[in-house]
Amino acid sequence: MQIVLNGESVEAAVGSTVATLLKQLGISRERVAVELNTDIVPKAGYETQLIADGDKIEIVHFVGGG
Amino acid sequence: MTESADKLIIGGREFSSRLMVGTGKYASFEQTARALEISGAEIITVAVRRVNLDRSKESLLDYIDLKKYTLLPNTAGCYTADDAVRTCRLAREAGMSDFVKLEVLGDEKTLFPDNEELLKAAKILVSEGFTVLPYCSDDVIVCKKLEDLGCAAVMPLGAPIGSGLGIRNPYNIRIILENVRVPVIVDAGVGSASDAAIAMELGCAGVLMNTAIAGAQDPLAMAEAMKLAVIAGRLSFRAGRIPRKLYANASSPLDGLIG
Repeated sequence: MQIVLNGESVEAAVGSTVATLLKQLGISRERVAVELNTDIVPKAGYETQLIADGDKIEIVHFVGGG
Repeated sequence: MTESADKLIIGGREFSSRLMVGTGKYASFEQTARALEISGAEIITVAVRRVNLDRSKESLLDYIDLKKYTLLPNTAGCYTADDAVRTCRLAREAGMSDFVKLEVLGDEKTLFPDNEELLKAAKILVSEGFTVLPYCSDDVIVCKKLEDLGCAAVMPLGAPIGSGLGIRNPYNIRIILENVRVPVIVDAGVGSASDAAIAMELGCAGVLMNTAIAGAQDPLAMAEAMKLAVIAGRLSFRAGRIPRKLYANASSPLDGLIG
């Protein structure tokens, strides 16, 4: 299935969760926040939150800034 | 009146340093970390951005001891209340802290705040339990409205972001100081150590800067200069300066002059 991840269209396996997606990307969950179709996914929900075809996902973190 | 008792309290948290420093524009993460350390800052700003999907493993936070600093995520680059609120919610989830530097910009050229959108966002964020530190115009009416909404501080600009023009309207800052009770922190515009000292001598609770340090020819030396300037300016404010007089007033006694 196709999802839109940080603005880019990417392929994701059916049955993916937020947790499996992060693992696949090599991103540690501690320092990121995840939005699924503009709603925040709480960290406690990463294992159970399924991702569906066409979902828009944003994964953000902190960078240098004023 | 000892220096140790002179704490800055924001959102119920106590800080010893009155210098807040941004983490953008440094040559490297190592330099960022060194500058922060030298500055003595306890509150540091960060931006919220998309993770680069093909990124290297290095990230700013790998270089920063998170036990030493309170992260103050900003909403830089947001031009609407909705975008700013969304960014703050993400920041809270990523950082586990309610502190946010709220900025809602009105224009790319000046980066001046859009006060209407700023007030709208502040109201929502306060109702959601955020500790809101808004970057705002040096306008007492806006500052009072932000205070009334429940913001934990107000952060009027000294001059446009990154301009280094200093405190362009010290009288506006004074009027704000006389009319709001929450901490007043000058955010943006500082170019050199004397600018920071002026802000503190006016009676501001603190100064927030990024470019003045990161953009200096020697950022580490400037970090130290800013640390000392904020301390000196604060002490000078608390010490109470002499009144300005037009004519001279001799420092040496007139009695006992020879001849």
